[in-house]
Amino acid sequence: MPDNAYEAIIGLEVHTHLMTRSKLFCGCSAGFGAGPNENVCPVCMGMPGVLPVLNRHAVELAIRTGLAAHCEIAPESIFARKSYFYPDLPKGYQISQYELPLCKGGYIELPAQSEGTEARRIRLTRIHMEEDAGKNIHESGASLVDFNRSGVPLVEIVSEPDIRSAEEAGAYLRELRSILRYIEASDGKMEEGGLRCDVNVSVRKRGASEFGVKTEIKNLNSFRFVEKAIEHEVARQIDILESGGRVAQETHLWDPVREMTRPMRSKEFANDYRYFPEPDLPPLRVTPDVVEAIKTSMPELPADQRARFVRDLGLTAYEAAVLTQDRDLAAYFETMLATGLKNHRTAANWVMTEVLRAINETARPLADAAPLAIESGELLKLVETGAISLNAAKTAFAAMCKSGKGADATVAELGLAQVSDESAIAAACDKVIAAEAAKVAEYRGGRDKLFGFFVGQVMKAMGGKGNPRVVNEILKRKLTA
Amino acid sequence: MINSIGPPGMRLSVMADSKISVEQVRHVARLARLELSAADEAALQANLSEILQYIDQLNRLDTSAVAPTAQVGEAGAPMREDVVANRPDPEAMLANAPARAGHLFKVPRIIE
Amino acid sequence: MTSELNRMTIAEARDGLARREFSALELTRACLEQIKLVDPKINAFITVCAREALEQAAAADRRLAAGDAPALCGIPLAIKDIYATRGVRTTCASKMLENFVPPFDATVIARLREAGAVFIGKANMDEFAMGSSTENSAFGVTRNPHNVERVPGGSSGGSAAAVAADECLGALGTDTGGSIRLPAAFCGVAGIKPTYSRVSRYGVIAYASSLDQVGPFAKTVRDAAILLRTLAGHDPHDSTCSARPVPDYESALTGDVRGMRIGVPKEYFVAGMEPQVETAIRDALASYERLGAKLVEISLPHTEYAIAAYYIVATAEASANLARYDGIRYGLRVDADNTGELYNRTRAAGFGAEVKRRIMLGTFVLSAGYYDAYYLKGQKVRTLIRGDFDRAFERCDVIATPVAPTTAFKIGEKMADPLQMYLSDIFTISVNLAGLPGLSIPCGFDRDGLPIGLQLIGEPFAEETILRAGDAFERTGAVKRRAAIL
Repeated sequence: MPDNAYEAIIGLEVHTHLMTRSKLFCGCSAGFGAGPNENVCPVCMGMPGVLPVLNRHAVELAIRTGLAAHCEIAPESIFARKSYFYPDLPKGYQISQYELPLCKGGYIELPAQSEGTEARRIRLTRIHMEEDAGKNIHESGASLVDFNRSGVPLVEIVSEPDIRSAEEAGAYLRELRSILRYIEASDGKMEEGGLRCDVNVSVRKRGASEFGVKTEIKNLNSFRFVEKAIEHEVARQIDILESGGRVAQETHLWDPVREMTRPMRSKEFANDYRYFPEPDLPPLRVTPDVVEAIKTSMPELPADQRARFVRDLGLTAYEAAVLTQDRDLAAYFETMLATGLKNHRTAANWVMTEVLRAINETARPLADAAPLAIESGELLKLVETGAISLNAAKTAFAAMCKSGKGADATVAELGLAQVSDESAIAAACDKVIAAEAAKVAEYRGGRDKLFGFFVGQVMKAMGGKGNPRVVNEILKRKLTA
Repeated sequence: MINSIGPPGMRLSVMADSKISVEQVRHVARLARLELSAADEAALQANLSEILQYIDQLNRLDTSAVAPTAQVGEAGAPMREDVVANRPDPEAMLANAPARAGHLFKVPRIIE
Repeated sequence: MTSELNRMTIAEARDGLARREFSALELTRACLEQIKLVDPKINAFITVCAREALEQAAAADRRLAAGDAPALCGIPLAIKDIYATRGVRTTCASKMLENFVPPFDATVIARLREAGAVFIGKANMDEFAMGSSTENSAFGVTRNPHNVERVPGGSSGGSAAAVAADECLGALGTDTGGSIRLPAAFCGVAGIKPTYSRVSRYGVIAYASSLDQVGPFAKTVRDAAILLRTLAGHDPHDSTCSARPVPDYESALTGDVRGMRIGVPKEYFVAGMEPQVETAIRDALASYERLGAKLVEISLPHTEYAIAAYYIVATAEASANLARYDGIRYGLRVDADNTGELYNRTRAAGFGAEVKRRIMLGTFVLSAGYYDAYYLKGQKVRTLIRGDFDRAFERCDVIATPVAPTTAFKIGEKMADPLQMYLSDIFTISVNLAGLPGLSIPCGFDRDGLPIGLQLIGEPFAEETILRAGDAFERTGAVKRRAAIL
């Protein structure tokens, strides 16, 4: 917040594709990447006389999303027509849910954002189902329309205005994406339009109970843009208020090139959508046993997994939060532990540093960027048994990322195994003590600080492979003898 | 009662007040994306006023305790399994296109 | 006698074809010749599908020869031009779709194809099924075969006129507020609007989705029953279509109405009805009593509100249903340098006056600030109207009413006064709001030789009951008169 006298009130509306094979209302492929207008049929083209039929899996995924967000699942929900004209909207209306959505209430729990902070709950208003529109491709003087995306199932997740900063909005989106991926409802890929976001922002004097006038920012398709747009809009509104002005209730578009928001022309949002119940679809009925069956098929959710990591594995809240921001990362961690690692936090930190670094440096997905989790686990086990040092493990890991070879093979290949044999270490210690008689005398005379020097000399003599624990032990015994 | 509507052929007398203004006609035409001439606007104002006047008889009914009926079919939306059943056939889907570019529909500049 | 084949009923033709007394090709040719002869006078068709029909007839003959004849093998039918027919232009009587060729078949068209039917042509109608006279067609008015100065009723006027003029053996219509029953009455043929959800609407160009229903026209009630059996039944492409099994409607036609309680709503017999219409209806009711049925006076107190409720609900749905005609993917386009103007001009040029009127009304009743006062109110009144019928059917099995307060009116008579046109549907519209089945059968003629229609309304899915009642009346032979044009 640029000005501490104000606080921001932020609500998000997130649209995300549901991972179905076919579209919401017809048997066309919902897949991404087909040639123009290949995944279309009379239904999703809005030809005269066509009718929608609901995709059962889409409904199940929407219910799963609702359950994951602690929503109440409506036993009866209604589809509605939302009318507006746009070339990518084939029927002249979008089938959506309005008055009676599938999921009501609920919340998303934001995990601790740094060491020492606490989890926060962002309440949800609703989650509803709707169909996507096609895509307009703008050319100079003309536009081209592809309806492949028309009719792909979406859920819209609407939050209460519980978010207080751009960073928190980012955290909310990351957690939401994590949940959607855990429950396999959505892959949350923003670049394919799989996750889109509208933001409502207002500011008020800290301590005030009334909300200020809000603006809506549309067209945000990356987490970074959401955060930037909020920062920009909050600052803009505070400037207006500080200079005695009034914020106008209007809709803004995010301009990703200039990294600023600009108001839409009045025509752009002077919409009267004329919602009314979709007469071509009877009310959607969801029985309690259907909800129960979906509930029992739900995987562990990020928040539950975080709690378990803290409770059963002794991780800090922050460590648990980092690991669970991605389902694959958490699974990687758990597979590492399955090799029998005793020090869970070492494993957690390994994932948070070494594995995440590998992902960031290669910009590739986990499976491509890092060795198998089981090999990472074996590598750390070598550290636990003292076979190699932690530094040697890092060296080995870097090599494994490139070669894809196993832990044992890599450690052997790079000669990283450390010497723990007591007689070999004792011999090296004897040599150093003999060579440094003067310093030994000083040490024995009370200069304790020299101990490190001796350790260094022994390690040097052993080519760095002496097990530090054993070296320390034997050296101490011999020096004090 | 039917006699309250008047016997067929007997024209309903139109009340003096219009139920809808020309501005409203224009607003609705904008929503409906219909270009109207001045004559169209005047005719529609008269027609719609007369029809809305007629519809106003519904206000004689107290419906405060009545639930709305949106549909009269059987309740519960049937669902289809999530199976891809359609094969790509862009040529058939574009066969009626007023203008196209390859397998894309072509439209003039989109005014936001 | 091949020149008379087109005068046959479906039941007669079915038997004749089965006995190989004549071929499907001869039957189809007879209909095509009749079209050539009389259609210039009545304009029942937008598109005559001679080549396709002859091909279908030839295929039907092969199946008949192979002893593999399905239910409607070789039967020539007229199809209201509201049904999507693969490869055959489907206009909905609108300039908007003047050149639209659907790449798919409506479900009922596919069913009829499978049943071996021959599609003789696409019948004229009111544009987008909006009208009661078939005067609102971009392809010219259809004239009543009983008197070419009169309307055939609408919106399925072309289908009704084609049957009445023996241009085909049966026809498909659709009924949203009376669009099958009114033209059936005005043209003196049988027509049934089944229970909402009984027949698939997939591929039927939508006017008002919660009211639209598919139904047949025929020369007899028996023929209507035969056609309905093929049309009705579950369709996985229509979420509102019932999965109930389809009975053999023909076997319900026992001729026996003894003990049947026929409800007569007092609200339908009031001043304003043409006396000759009332006399014909009263005579028909007397016939039923003679057949052993029992007349019961009932009340449908909200009848007077039906038209107002209908014009809210139907136009609201229509305003959305017709939004897809935007000049982008198919249909008419009037070019402009931006899409906004393209929409405005295309829709102004493509839609006729009545369609625009209804789109405007429907847009208005859904618009911000008016939804509760109009749309929601209309839906609530719809509930009251359904309740009227629920209570009435506690006391009777069938409700009998006139189809319309008048016989066919003159062409042009009501075109300048939309509201008066709407009032033609006063007796049919409640049935759509309640989703009930309604049958229209001829029950007499006025002094000018214009047919008068009797409407028989049943409970949901009681098509068998109203067909039995209609057939029983028809068997008395009280009304037989050929159209004047013949």
